[in-house]
Amino acid sequence: MQIPYAEAARPDTGLTNGKMGTWLFLASEVMLFGALFATYIILRTGSTEWPDWRTFLNVPLAFTNTLVLIASSVTMVMAWASLMRDRFSMFRVYMGLTFLGGVIFLIIKYFEYSAKFHHDYFPSTNNFLAVYFTLTGLHALHVIGGMAVNAYMWGPGSKLWKSNPTWFTHRVENAGLFWHFVDLVWIFLFPILYLL
Amino acid sequence: MEERDQAGSAKPEPLEPGAEEHHEHELGFWRSYVFSTDHKVIGVQYSVTGLVFLLFGFCLMMLMRWQLAYSEQPIPLIGGLLGDSRAPGGVMLPDFYNQLGAMHGTIMVFLGVVPLAVGGFGNFVLPLQIGAPDMAFPKINMLSYWSLFLGGVTMFASFFVPGGAAQAGWTSYPPLAGITPTWGQTMWLVGMIFLITSSLLGSINFLVTTVQLRAKGLTFMRLPFFVWAQFVTAFLLLLAFPPLEAAGVLQLMDRLAGTSFFMPSGLVVSGEVLQGAGGGSPLLWQHLFWFLAHPEVYVLILPAMGIVAEVIANNTRKPLWGYKTMVYSIIFLAFMSFIVWAHHMFMTGMGTTIAAFFQTTTMIISIPSVIILTALLLSLWGGSIRFNTPMLFALAFLPMFGIGGLTGLPLGLTATDIYLHDTYYVIGHFHYVVAPGTIFALFAGIYYWYPKVTGRRMNEFLGKLHFWPSFIFMNFIFMPMLIQGLAGVNRRLWDGGVTYDFPESILGLNKVMSHSAWGLGLAQIPFVINLFWSLRKGAKVTENPWDATTLEWSAPSPPPHGNFVTPPIAYRGPYEYSVPGTKKDFQPQSQPAEA
Repeated sequence: MQIPYAEAARPDTGLTNGKMGTWLFLASEVMLFGALFATYIILRTGSTEWPDWRTFLNVPLAFTNTLVLIASSVTMVMAWASLMRDRFSMFRVYMGLTFLGGVIFLIIKYFEYSAKFHHDYFPSTNNFLAVYFTLTGLHALHVIGGMAVNAYMWGPGSKLWKSNPTWFTHRVENAGLFWHFVDLVWIFLFPILYLL
Repeated sequence: MEERDQAGSAKPEPLEPGAEEHHEHELGFWRSYVFSTDHKVIGVQYSVTGLVFLLFGFCLMMLMRWQLAYSEQPIPLIGGLLGDSRAPGGVMLPDFYNQLGAMHGTIMVFLGVVPLAVGGFGNFVLPLQIGAPDMAFPKINMLSYWSLFLGGVTMFASFFVPGGAAQAGWTSYPPLAGITPTWGQTMWLVGMIFLITSSLLGSINFLVTTVQLRAKGLTFMRLPFFVWAQFVTAFLLLLAFPPLEAAGVLQLMDRLAGTSFFMPSGLVVSGEVLQGAGGGSPLLWQHLFWFLAHPEVYVLILPAMGIVAEVIANNTRKPLWGYKTMVYSIIFLAFMSFIVWAHHMFMTGMGTTIAAFFQTTTMIISIPSVIILTALLLSLWGGSIRFNTPMLFALAFLPMFGIGGLTGLPLGLTATDIYLHDTYYVIGHFHYVVAPGTIFALFAGIYYWYPKVTGRRMNEFLGKLHFWPSFIFMNFIFMPMLIQGLAGVNRRLWDGGVTYDFPESILGLNKVMSHSAWGLGLAQIPFVINLFWSLRKGAKVTENPWDATTLEWSAPSPPPHGNFVTPPIAYRGPYEYSVPGTKKDFQPQSQPAEA
């Protein structure tokens, strides 16, 4: 049994099931991170003394990470564009680079975290660090999730290219939507945690 | 589509005996009944899980009712089995009472009603009513059920860890929830995260299925009202649950990583100032929690309204009165439900300006609810009503939900809420909405769609034997709560209020309520017998036993894998009953105009 509109768009909605599902999922993710951002705002504006976050954070590392994620979003688009141009080998290259971007991000994040633990800065130390670790930790989990999807598209999932290239291109596009979202969350996280 | 698959898989092994019977259905027991991706099997899994947890949650309540009526007397029969940590000598400890209270709420809402109303009915009925072969994402559908199952196991298991289950109420308010030192309290959070994940996955599936997989000709204004109700409910789940997931993660951090998101500075527990960073906001939890939990009220009630609408249209043999108005009302209701949450928090001192805002929105949201209820009531006018079991439950829903809704108004107004807040009046109010309201609608749905699920009808006599006592006992449980609450008896009292002087004259009602609750338990026996007995002995039915119009009744009973023999086409609106000038008193959506 085949589910209708899994591979081709439904004419009157103009969407495949996967794309609509991805957008709805992203809407719920917006609500999730929205609640977390709201928590940060309320705790910070409601506090009598807020710790000086500059003593805890390493802006150059985080800035590098911002660039890494933005670059990986670009390669994600290129991976999808390669499929649209029917160049599967280039897709492999770009998708590999996207995955690599995630790896580099996590490595840098690991150094950031371990530097903090080394100085005895833990989530329980103060509310800024609590917010910092929770938000960046959840974001890192999303990065790992996105990397898992990308790895699947690069590896076993790409078998679909041979039998149904349109469907596979749709799937890569949806994976890209999620990856851009993860990137976007970081673009919000970076200024509100490190700069403001 | 099926033919092609059959031909494709049968060709390489034409000599195998019985190959023609195998084709698609050669999934083993595990794939067919346990890890199935068929929406019908998943719907039944959800329903059974929901019913089991409803029974379990009800048993917790029956234990609590003993304590409330016969405070500090040993529980008869099973008192000795509870163990010394819960009820030494059969007398219930306050801690254990708190566990029962917290878990009764959690289980009934998140593991009973929602899985049955949304997971069960939504999964089974929605794809059939829109003429789809399955849900849009069958594997995610399976994942959603198993996430719920894990959540349920976590919640259930928490009773058996040292210290027992969560005891800070089903709302898990900090700082109490932050300082309760039991594993059960943490397991509650972990369980909730599983349940929320399940709801999120399910809601995406429902939304995509409704938009994308509607049959040819089935425009939005031809959707049965049940589909609209599920569609709107899915939006609520999708957008309201993530903030609670966030709040759950934050409270988990508070409990496990020692953060202070919800822990204020200088909190004194048992005479000692609590260590920790402090500076957190307990109110923040309440905001995040009710941002979910108010829409959650509509998650509980909207599918019930959908079921009642189907049953009423079918058994009055006439179209719903004001279908379009009902649809617009339900959309408006869903939108408004996101901006009323703080009416649960009038007593927190958040300020009169904010209270005035939420009081106003709360009054506004009562309008669409009243419109829907009125439309359902007017639908009865001039109908030739068939009083079968589903219809009895659906009819009972109307006044019961009416009482529940109207008793809510004084709680939505700040002046009266100050007096009524945290009394038994609140308990009476929302139980009228959910128990004789939603749960009656769910029973109506079970009796109504049982023939579609099993191919057999449930017994009418047992059904009525289930309905009438349930209806009477429900009112004898919840009406006295309203009376006690108006007299000022607080909720969450372990002894039912005997330590206070003022409620002395009405404490006798505790016994009335408790005996009615146990009576309600007995009244469910005919239902359980009926459910199993009809599986084998119920009268066999063809595809459309109720002479109904919507698309699910044009599929065989029970529908095969893939649902429809040929993809259905919708030629008309959902409720064309007793159309003047036609021979039959119903015109199925799938039938072209009568010649």
